[in-house]
Formats: sequence, C-alpha cells, structure tokens
Amino acid sequence: MPVLFQSILPELLLLILALVLFVFEPFWKGERPRSGWVTFYGLLLIMILSLLFGTPQASQETFGGMIRFDWFAFLFKMLFLFGAALTALFFMDHEVLAKRGEAYLLLLASTLGMCLMASANDLVMLYLAIETTSIPLYVLAGFFLHEERSTEAGFKYLFFGALTSAVMLYGLSLLFGFAGTTSLPALGAMFSSGQLSLGVLLGILALITIGLAFKVSVAPFHFWAPDVYHGAPTAVAGFLSTASKAAGFAVLLRLFLVAFPTAQVPWPLLLAILAALTMTIGNLLALPQTNLKRLLAYSSIAHAGYVLIGVVAATQLGITSVIFYLIAYLLTNLAAFGIVMVLGNVLGSDEVTAYNGLSRRSPWLALAMLVAFLSLAGMPPFGGFVAKVFVFAAGVQAGYTWLVFVGVLNSIVGLYYYLNVMKYVYLYRLPGEDEEKHPIALSRATAIGLGVLILGVVLFGTVFAPWFGLSEQAASVMLLR
Amino acid sequence: MQFPFLSVIVFTPLVAALIILMLPAHRKNLVRSVALAAATFDLILSAWVYLTYLTQGLEGYHFVEQYRWLPALGITLHFGVDGMSTPLILLTGVVMFTGVLISWGEERNGVSAGIQDRPREFFAFLFILASGVFGVFASLDLFMLFFFYEIAVFPMYLLIVIWGWVVTREYAAMKLTLYLFVGSVISLVGALAMVWVAYQNTGVLSFDLLHLEKAGFSPEFQHLWFLPVFLGFAVLGGIWPFHNWSPDGHVAAPTAVSMFHAGVLMKLGAFAALRVGIMLLPEGAKYWSWLILGLATVNVVYGAFIAFVQTDFKYVIGFSSVSHMGLVMMGFATLTREGLLGAGLQMFSHGVMTALFFAVVGMVYDRAHTRHIPDLGGFAKVMPYAAVGFIIGGLVSMGMPGFSGFIAEFPIFMGVWKTQWLIAVIAAVSIVVTASYIMIIVRRVFFGEMPHELEHHHIGDVTPLDKLAIVTLCLLMVGLGLFPGLMAPMVERGVDYILHLLGGA
Repeated sequence: MPVLFQSILPELLLLILALVLFVFEPFWKGERPRSGWVTFYGLLLIMILSLLFGTPQASQETFGGMIRFDWFAFLFKMLFLFGAALTALFFMDHEVLAKRGEAYLLLLASTLGMCLMASANDLVMLYLAIETTSIPLYVLAGFFLHEERSTEAGFKYLFFGALTSAVMLYGLSLLFGFAGTTSLPALGAMFSSGQLSLGVLLGILALITIGLAFKVSVAPFHFWAPDVYHGAPTAVAGFLSTASKAAGFAVLLRLFLVAFPTAQVPWPLLLAILAALTMTIGNLLALPQTNLKRLLAYSSIAHAGYVLIGVVAATQLGITSVIFYLIAYLLTNLAAFGIVMVLGNVLGSDEVTAYNGLSRRSPWLALAMLVAFLSLAGMPPFGGFVAKVFVFAAGVQAGYTWLVFVGVLNSIVGLYYYLNVMKYVYLYRLPGEDEEKHPIALSRATAIGLGVLILGVVLFGTVFAPWFGLSEQAASVMLLR
Repeated sequence: MQFPFLSVIVFTPLVAALIILMLPAHRKNLVRSVALAAATFDLILSAWVYLTYLTQGLEGYHFVEQYRWLPALGITLHFGVDGMSTPLILLTGVVMFTGVLISWGEERNGVSAGIQDRPREFFAFLFILASGVFGVFASLDLFMLFFFYEIAVFPMYLLIVIWGWVVTREYAAMKLTLYLFVGSVISLVGALAMVWVAYQNTGVLSFDLLHLEKAGFSPEFQHLWFLPVFLGFAVLGGIWPFHNWSPDGHVAAPTAVSMFHAGVLMKLGAFAALRVGIMLLPEGAKYWSWLILGLATVNVVYGAFIAFVQTDFKYVIGFSSVSHMGLVMMGFATLTREGLLGAGLQMFSHGVMTALFFAVVGMVYDRAHTRHIPDLGGFAKVMPYAAVGFIIGGLVSMGMPGFSGFIAEFPIFMGVWKTQWLIAVIAAVSIVVTASYIMIIVRRVFFGEMPHELEHHHIGDVTPLDKLAIVTLCLLMVGLGLFPGLMAPMVERGVDYILHLLGGA
C-alpha cells in the first residue's frame, strides 16, 4: 500500500464507517441499538486493519508536508479509536443516545478530527483538525435538546471553544506573518538558526498557549469544564475528558517540541507555572463537590496538571511519561465516567448520596469503581500509580523538584476526595437498609466496556513494561529530528 | 532453579484475595476457610524461610529472585531477605494467621465477635494489605518497595471505615490514610532524586537497592535528603510528632486490623526508614542521628505517660505502641551494634506482643460492649486464656527477663547509654510507667469483681480459634525470651551489614 494511503488509513476507514452508518442507519429503526454495535465493531475493525497495514516504518511527511506519519501519531490514533469504541458501548446504555444514529456519526466525525490532530504537521492542518474535532463535540455536549442543562453545556462549550479558537487562530496567523511558513519543522529550524527572535514571539506563544490550554482544560482556562461535563450526557463527558484531552496534548507536544525548540523559547517555565496552578485549582475545587460529574470534571483538570509536569520536563522520559499517563488516564477515567453513567441511568442522580449502599446492591460495580477511583488517586497496583511515578521521575530528572513537590502534595488532596466517595459506596446505607431488594443490572455493552477498561487499568499498573516501551517508541520520534 | 519462596509468599495473599472475591457472598464459612487456608500456607512458608535462614546460619541476602520488569528504567522485581527482614516476614505470617483466626467470628450469647458483615470483602482487602506488607519486607528494588508500600496503605482506609468502631471510624480512617500517604509521597520524591543522582554518579539507571547503596552520594546530598526520606517513612513507624494518626487508627480499626496495623504496619514504616533512609544515606543518618534520637525519646516517654492516663482500654494499648515503637527508632538512631540489634528484635517482639494485646482487647470488647476500664472487671474467671495471654504480653511489654521484651529492650538501652547516657536515663522512666499502667489494667480488667451490668451479658469464654491464636503468640514471646539464640544471631548478622554501610561506626 502506498505510503500516501497508509498515513491516513484510520481516517479513511473512519470516513467509510461514518458513511455506512449515515446511509443505512435510517433503515435500522426499532428493536436493538444496532448502530452502536456497528460503530463498536467497526472501530475495532479499523484498529485491526490499521495495525496490519498502517504501521509506520520510518517517520515521514506526506501530503506536501501537511501530515506527519510516525509512531507518535499512530499510537495516539489507536488510543482515540479505542476511546471512541468504548464510548460507543457506553452510548448504548442510554435510551436516547442508543437509538439516535447521529450520535454515533458525530462521535466518528470527532474521532476523525482527533486522528488528524495527532498527525498534523502544519499550522493550517492543525487548526482544521482541531475544529473538525470540536464542532461535533459541541453538538454532542448539547445533545439532549429537552434538558436545560445539556443545551446550556453545549452552548457554553461552543461559545468558549469558538472564542479560544479565534484567539489561537490569531496567534497562528501572526506566527505565519513573521515566519512566512506554516510548516512546523520549518518554524523549528528558523527558531534554531536565530532567524526568528524571541521578543515578538512571546506574545504569539501566549495566544497559542491560551487556545491549547482551553482544549486540555488547563487553569486559568479550565472554567468551562465542570459546567460542560455536568450538563453533557455522561458518556460524552467521559469522551471529552479523555480522548479529547489526549488529542489536545498530542497537538501541544508536537507544536511545542517541533516548532519551538526549548533552547530558544522558554516555554517549559511558562507551562510549569500553569501546571502548578492547574493541579492546585483542580484539586482544591474538587474537594467541596457533591455531584460526581462535577467532581470528575475538577479531577480531570487536576490530571491535566500532572500530565503537564511531563511536558515541562521535555526529555525523552518526560514525553514517554506523558504518553503513558494519557493512556492510563484514558482507561481509568473512561471507566469512572462509565460507572457514573450506568448509575446515573439507574439511580436518576449523580449526587454522591445516591451511591449509598452501592457495594451491597452491586458488589462488582462497587469494586470497579474502587479500582477506577484508586487509580485516579494514584494507588498501586493500578495504572494511575505507575503513570504518576513516571511523570514525577521525569520532573525530578529535569530539575523541577519544586513542581514535583506541588504534584505530590496535590495527590494527597486528591486521595482525600476520591476516598470520600468510596465511603458512600461501601459504608453508608439506603434508608431502609434493604439494599438486596434493589440490585443493579448491567447491560451487556457496558459490562464489556467496563470489564475491558478495568482489566486495562490493572494491566497498566502491573505489567507496565510493554506499554512503557510503546510510549517510548512514540516519544523518541519527537526528539530525534 | 530454587523454589521461589519469596514471590510465593508475597503473591499468595493477593491470589487468595482474588479467589475470595469470586466466591458467592452468602457462603461466609467458605470464604473464611479459604482465608484460613491461605494464611496457614503463608505461615508455613514464612516459617520455612525463617528456619532455613536460622539453621543454615546464613548471612546477607538469600532467597534472592530477580526478574526484569522495566529494563528501560532499571526497575526489577527483586526479592531477597537478610537478617533484619527475615524475622519480619515470619512476624507478618504469624499476624496474618492469628488475624484470620480472630476474625472468624461467632454469633451467640450476645457476643458478636469477628467479622459478620461482608466477610468476603473484609478478607479480600486484608489480604491485599498483607501482600503489600510482605512485598515491602522482601523487596530489594526501590520502585517495588514503594509499589508494595502503597498497596499496604490504602486497604487500611476501607478496612477501618467499613468495619471499624462506629464512633470514630470515618475520622480516624481518613486521618490515618492521609498521614501515611503524605509521608510516603515525600519519601518518594527523595527516592527519585536518589535514583537520578546515582545515575549521574555511576552511569547506570537502576532502582536496585544494592546498587544505590554503592552510588556514592555526596555528603551534602545526604544531609539534604535524609530527613524527608527517613521521616516520610517514620510517619508509619509512629514517630513523634507525626504519631497522632496511630492511636486513633488503632482504636477505630476492627480487631484483626488493629493487630495488623500495630503489629506489622508500624514495623513497615520503621523497616523502610531503616532500609531506605539509613542504609542508602548513611552520612545523612550520622548527621541527623541526634534529632532522631531526640524525637524517639519523646515518643518513648510521652507515649508511656499518655498511655498511663487513658481510660479506654484500647487507647492504652494504642499509646503503648507509640511508646514501644519509639524504642525501635531510638535503637536506629544510636547507629551502634547494640542499638540496631535491639531495634531489630524489638520490631519482632513488639509486633507479636501488640497483636496479642489488641486481640485480647477485641475479645473483651466483643463481650462487654465497652472498653471503659472502670466499667470492666473479673474477666480472668470467664476467659482465663485471654487473661493469661494478656499478662504474658504485659510482662513482655515491661521488659521482664525471660520474655522477648527483655532481650530486645536491654540492647537498645545499652546502645543508647553508649551514645548519650542522659537519654538512656530519661527513657528508662518509661519502663516504670509502662509497668504501672499494665499492672493497673491487669488488676482492673481481669481481676476483682465483675460489675453487675456485665453479669447480664452472660459473658462466655473465648472460642477455640481465639485460644489457638493466643497460644501461638504467647509461645513465640516466651520461646524467644528463653532462647534468644533463635533470633539474635540472625539479626546481628543483618546489623553487621548495616554497620558495614555506615563505615564501621
């Protein structure tokens, strides 16, 4: 297969799957949520086909330098496809989402955009990819037209998204104005050779950082996240907080590492300050939350801060740890949101008090929740612990010991509110103490989804060498140029 | 290839926990049987390891296993035990076995002993905890040490919050978990710094403890990082002024968890502080030993006095643990042969003794439904085994010759005397105070007349399983007291190695 096709194989296949869904979905009305299974199996098939035919041999540019075809992009694409497949499973649990084919279509469109984000090698491509990702997500966030909260979430997301996109676009256009090129490697070369000076560019850097900071919900541009996650359908919120965030970090890594060499542009210090701020704000604001979706929203802000420690380090280990963290976090947080979604559908509430007696009503669901939350808190033998240690190790290695101290102190705050939720699950009881009469049933789709995710979380926390190897392989292409 | 004793010991509880979780929730006795079988298996294996080490007169690290885990960062799954850690492996095996016996549970005559509510989850969490504890004692890799250390911390929260004493469990469980987590993450930063500096010094990236011992850290580096690393772990060892979580945690926890907690987990903190703090940063240890000695003295004396004024039976034992763990820290801080030897023995002796204390407290509470000492009395008549067990434990606690407490505390005081005689004199006050509170408890709780309110409860004797647990623990304390040769030479060889790292000081 020519490299031209290989480099965008997942994107092409996604388009085909989306078209299939688009054409045939109207005829499937009725009985079972068939579009969900088609999306799920379709995405799995795309992953398999991409692994078979679309693996990159050496890093190269295609489409006139628009697309970069390397392990970094490939690994992230696989991650997005996996995240989308699991999200499709979770969609099926909701009575409205399950029957509406356009939900899956929007999911696929957004995933397509993410895949392009991971491989974008040019400012124009990068911006287009970001917008392709965001617009379907705006619609998904406001999918429940009859729910005030959901429409509010959709509109808020759209409004702030458009605003920060505009700011970032302004920064990108200024960058083009000074440099005369939109290619990332060319920009990097011009910085290295001193053709572009720092003075003017600091403002541009700030504009671009604002745009990206919004996408990955880094403080002080995080304020949209709690409201949007709270209002959006829970499965969508899960997708937003994991795959979408990972895509944002993929762009951030590629843009900053390729276009802005650290020797010339002091962005690590800027990001270090943002990281400290993000962790602290996210964790402190998560403390008083009683709604689990809001709690997870603030916790996901805090996690963006931990990931930034690895970005700040900007070393081989730093980038590796970022990628490892993002994968582990995707598994963990998708599981957490999946559980909250299942229980939200059954209990009709996301308030933490609704979780009373859960361990007696459904021991397995309670155990899954325990695993997910402990992994979020950074406890072994789950993925979150190993990921955190790697990120901290990278920070210490790069000499950011103060930032690592901020990180570890924050993880203590995190432990407090995660454990607090487990108290409701395991200790408190329903008013009549008759939990056995209210068991919670799991649909097949969510059972598969949660099973895979929990297994993944444990696997990442115990046998971490292969995953570390993959992350390292992806990270090495970012520094070897 | 040799049978992988240590990995089997470490992972048996974990596997057992998974099996237990798979069992149906209502088959409570099946759950308990599986738990007891796993605990017995682990006890036999750890006893085998101990006896092999003892009878063959081994020296240095044995039963070594090493598996490559993450070569890119030099992380290996490296197990091995020496003279210091072998007794602790045995201790964990013993406490796990007796803990399961005590938690078996029975419901009759108004007694609700053991674990009746969700025993499946209880034993699963307890065994995950046990796995973590074994892992720390056996690990020779810094990363894995932290890995197992954290595994030993978080189940504690659930065990206390779900099955603990209703009044304080939520507060105490969270306090305990946060204290321990703060300590461990601060140590973690220090550990990461050590690994990178070792990488710069030697060019080899490795988390292996044996490698890090030879990394040649500069004195400035050691002075800077010793305190965060040592104190971070020592929080779990109950060092003053970070001991506060410990009595609250002991009291709130259910009986088996208190046994684990005071008997084994506090040793975990002390052991890790020794293994990572003192053995990797010996210069730092010498530089700061005066401070550790001072803090430990406060532990010993202050803990004993606070224990003396408590009216809650379990709080007395809780604070006596703080006091006795202070002796361990004191032994460490002397950095002498005698002090370290005593500390090593004290870790084992105190572990067994305090496990017995908490077991007896639990038995009394299950029957009397109160722990307020003035409301108790006359228990020696109804439960003679528990009374005799408690008295033996008390004698150990006072450091009476012929019991394990004596052979542990005597060398510690010798070491302290050699280092700073004044401290030894001050700390010796605690022996008198300990003797008085133990004797007061024995008189008030076990002898005298049983109050009338308690007569109505139809208080019966302890179960045969409880008796087995008491007898096991007592035999160890008396046996070790009469034949110190069963343990002292082994610990001494472990101490030799530490002294070698300290430069023969």
